[in-house]
Amino acid sequence: MLSVSSILPLTVEAAAFFGDGKLLVAPNSFVIPAGGLTVLLGPNGAGKSLTLRLCHGLLTPSRGTVRWAAGAEARAKGQRKGHAMVFQKPIMLRRSVEANITHALAAAGSNGAERKTRVTQALQRFGLGERAGQPARLLSGGEQQRLAIARAWALRPELLFLDEPTSQLDPAATRQIEELLSGLVAEGITVMMSTHDLGQARRLADRVLFLHRGRLVEDALAKDFFAGPHSAEARAFLAGELLW
Amino acid sequence: MDVGAIFQAAFALVVGLDPGFLGIVFLSLRVTLTAVLIAALIGLPLGAALALARFPGRAAIIVCLNALMGLPPVVAGLAVFLLLSRSGPLGPLGLLFTPTAMIIAQVILVLPIVIALTRQVIEDLWSEYRDHLRSVGLDGLRAIPTLLFDGRFALATALLAGFGRASAEVGAVLIVGGNIAGYTRTMTTAITLETSKGDLPLALGLGLVLLSLTLMINAIAFGASRIGARYAG
Repeated sequence: MLSVSSILPLTVEAAAFFGDGKLLVAPNSFVIPAGGLTVLLGPNGAGKSLTLRLCHGLLTPSRGTVRWAAGAEARAKGQRKGHAMVFQKPIMLRRSVEANITHALAAAGSNGAERKTRVTQALQRFGLGERAGQPARLLSGGEQQRLAIARAWALRPELLFLDEPTSQLDPAATRQIEELLSGLVAEGITVMMSTHDLGQARRLADRVLFLHRGRLVEDALAKDFFAGPHSAEARAFLAGELLW
Repeated sequence: MDVGAIFQAAFALVVGLDPGFLGIVFLSLRVTLTAVLIAALIGLPLGAALALARFPGRAAIIVCLNALMGLPPVVAGLAVFLLLSRSGPLGPLGLLFTPTAMIIAQVILVLPIVIALTRQVIEDLWSEYRDHLRSVGLDGLRAIPTLLFDGRFALATALLAGFGRASAEVGAVLIVGGNIAGYTRTMTTAITLETSKGDLPLALGLGLVLLSLTLMINAIAFGASRIGARYAG
């Protein structure tokens, strides 16, 4: 998926976020290079969701910067951002499964024959072909999240953000989504997702960014992180103690 | 005439498709449907814009619009009358006592309903859709077409509410239309006149048509919300 001018790495420099005068995300710095699956790990309220939103551009950092590599400006002038996002609770338009994908592509500036091809590809790739004409909001929770991922995939992102994509799903649907995500990584899409589910982080992560109270406490390869975390907070979290 | 005979005569009028009777019904429908159409063209985008925009005085506008939903039709009629009367600012157009004047008055009655209900519907939808729409690059006013389309069933109900108000009111069309036979006489103004004249069959016949119209509107509104519920899940 790496095109000539990649938007990666994504460089976050001392990006902080205040809400109502309170510091919600501390000035954290990290870099997301191309490839692999990075998990933002931490208890609820650690600032995982806000961090993803800052990266995706839904929020503007109060201080610091979120910077994409040189390709981004060229991309911005063209049509697409090169990164997409899937939310915790799937946001389904009141339209058919197919129209949900078509709409996202149209919004991103894709049109004509290319759009049609991509919609068909996305429906097939994610096993939604038979559901194409059904109202999206009548799908099961797992299918809705699958559609949300298919819709994001159709935009051909280099980097895909997912905010707790399985927190509202049962184990079977969770497993399906996790398999999908591994497939995306194998396809060359860089994935950054948040979760508070330790097991999920163990199963999926290549790299872990551990957040606690808005602060990036640890940034490590997954195997190192799970083998021996450096910080007391991460040790406590891994030991199953209640962190808040 | 006893009540039974009045009903019989009224039914004969409705079933017999009396040309004078039909003329009144069609004029009423033409005026009201045109007014609702114009109000929809103005009110849907405006209501959606009001839902998304943030500016000083927005709350005051919303309160005023909600209040205007209860604007007495006679007052709206009086305002349009003053506007269109010979010495009024739009007097030279010669619109007073024409169907056009009645349409203008009804647009004024329907518009606040359409704008206020649209704003509510779109604001709710936006809070649900915001993250996704902004993510795919539809921010601010660019999100309006999507929101209007996805709110289509709720918005249809809003338009029907406007239609209901306009088709039932008598004060505004009486003042600016003048109740001229065969020209600006609508169902409601005819009922008022015929009742005071004592021609009860005609009044009752028109009343029956108005009633069934109301029934039909509600049936359509119910159907729209049912179909909407199917898509909304």
